[in-house]
Amino acid sequence: MTSVLYDTPGPKAKARNWIYSGIFVVLFGLALWWVLSLMAEKGQLDADKWTPFVTDGQIWTTFLIPGLLETLKAGAIAMVIALPLGALLGIGRLSDHAWVRGPVGAVVEFFRAIPVLILMVFGSQLYVQFTDIPSEHRPLYAVVTGLVLYNAAVIAEIVRAGVLSLPRGQTDAAKAIGMRKGQTMAYVLIPQAVTAMLPALVSQLVVILKDTALGGSLLGLGELLSMNRQISANYSNTIATLVVIALIYIVVNFALTSFASWLEGRLRKSTKGTGAVVAGDVAEVDAGGATGVGKAP
Amino acid sequence: MFDFLDSGQYDVLGAFWVTVQLTLYSAAGSLIWGTALAGMRVSPVPLLRAFGTAYVNLVRNTPLTVLIIACSLGLSQTLGIELGGDTFKETGFRLAVLGLTAYTGTFVCEAIRSGINTVPVGQAEAARALGLSFFQVLTLIVLPQAFRAVVAPLTNVLIALTKNTTVAATIGVAEAALLMKEMLENEADALFAVFGVFALGFVLLTLPTGLLLGWVAKRVAVKR
Repeated sequence: MTSVLYDTPGPKAKARNWIYSGIFVVLFGLALWWVLSLMAEKGQLDADKWTPFVTDGQIWTTFLIPGLLETLKAGAIAMVIALPLGALLGIGRLSDHAWVRGPVGAVVEFFRAIPVLILMVFGSQLYVQFTDIPSEHRPLYAVVTGLVLYNAAVIAEIVRAGVLSLPRGQTDAAKAIGMRKGQTMAYVLIPQAVTAMLPALVSQLVVILKDTALGGSLLGLGELLSMNRQISANYSNTIATLVVIALIYIVVNFALTSFASWLEGRLRKSTKGTGAVVAGDVAEVDAGGATGVGKAP
Repeated sequence: MFDFLDSGQYDVLGAFWVTVQLTLYSAAGSLIWGTALAGMRVSPVPLLRAFGTAYVNLVRNTPLTVLIIACSLGLSQTLGIELGGDTFKETGFRLAVLGLTAYTGTFVCEAIRSGINTVPVGQAEAARALGLSFFQVLTLIVLPQAFRAVVAPLTNVLIALTKNTTVAATIGVAEAALLMKEMLENEADALFAVFGVFALGFVLLTLPTGLLLGWVAKRVAVKR
């Protein structure tokens, strides 16, 4: 193990590391013991609060799996609509004509500045007043609307960054063989930009899946998190249910995150592509692979 | 059209003030917690590194809504931890700050860790050659430069945090999103006006932050 911030530990440093580890274990153990004793005091560690997740299959078939499916459904619909919309907006922002570039830029910046929850609440009321969508479908419509408006704006930025990440020579070469602007975009730039954007888009899916949880608590969408209320009403095990729900989210999102970084690594190494990879929505996604000084061995 | 603003029935400014307060407290908290996490993730002690990595991966992949609801239902209502808040309002606010800090800290940690990577390796080597310990190298040489490099990413995190404070509405903290929901239910005929007011409010909160800190980022960046 080598890192620039510290030497490979010698005997003295190893001893010191053991001491630090010991202190950490003691502090962590104390915190854990405090939490567990508090939970035991309130009866949250009783076996009947936790065993239903293993013994009672109904908890999964009636609540957790349908909830997860609803979460995945909302996320998938939002992604499928937001992708082409975002691509259009992204290309619009790159237009040569100021009358296209300006308004599209304003729309993208506007929807990026507004919290997704505000957009969902607005969408819900919009459907109440102007459409006759039955109330049982309305939460899904509202959540998807909010997610699409926000994420189309984010995807537009990713698409723009993807096209701009390509070497200028690509456009020049396309011009040299007589391609028009639209042709250059459609046949040369976009296909290459798509590969550069893929990891960022997969990471964006994680952001979308996390945001669906908002719909459950304020708009009444029957997604994974909202199942917490129903399960704890039946088994009165709030903490156990929240832990299990959080774990499901972590497993699904961690799988997606890992897939995105695997894809990114593959694309960087690939000899076919330009090697350009676009970073995701910086504030929400991992700020980039760690290499160099801070790299963990 | 905007007569709902004059009726005195809704305290729009007050709700946005709660949003600003949530943002500021959580920003301060997550800056401290995120820096500590970043320190752990690059430290020579394997156990601390493992804890940092596990924490960041677990919390970053959990929806913020789950964390904040867990703070409210789990910590407060089930375990009775009120964080010293006397009223329902105070308790909710503090629980929301706790949830936001726990979540945003992971993004601050990752931003700072990527900032640490911008510091040229030679500097850390030189510092070590002078006999500085890991803690000295980190706090005297690497972190001061890393912070100057990550003003721009941290600005993005701060803007995301400002927008994420709306999630506090799920546990009943009286901030902008909750007021908007209430107003839309009562003033259904002014749908677009109400939406416009709140959208403008968030644009006014995030746009100057981005511009100001963008300017700061250019000023303090280490030219290499």
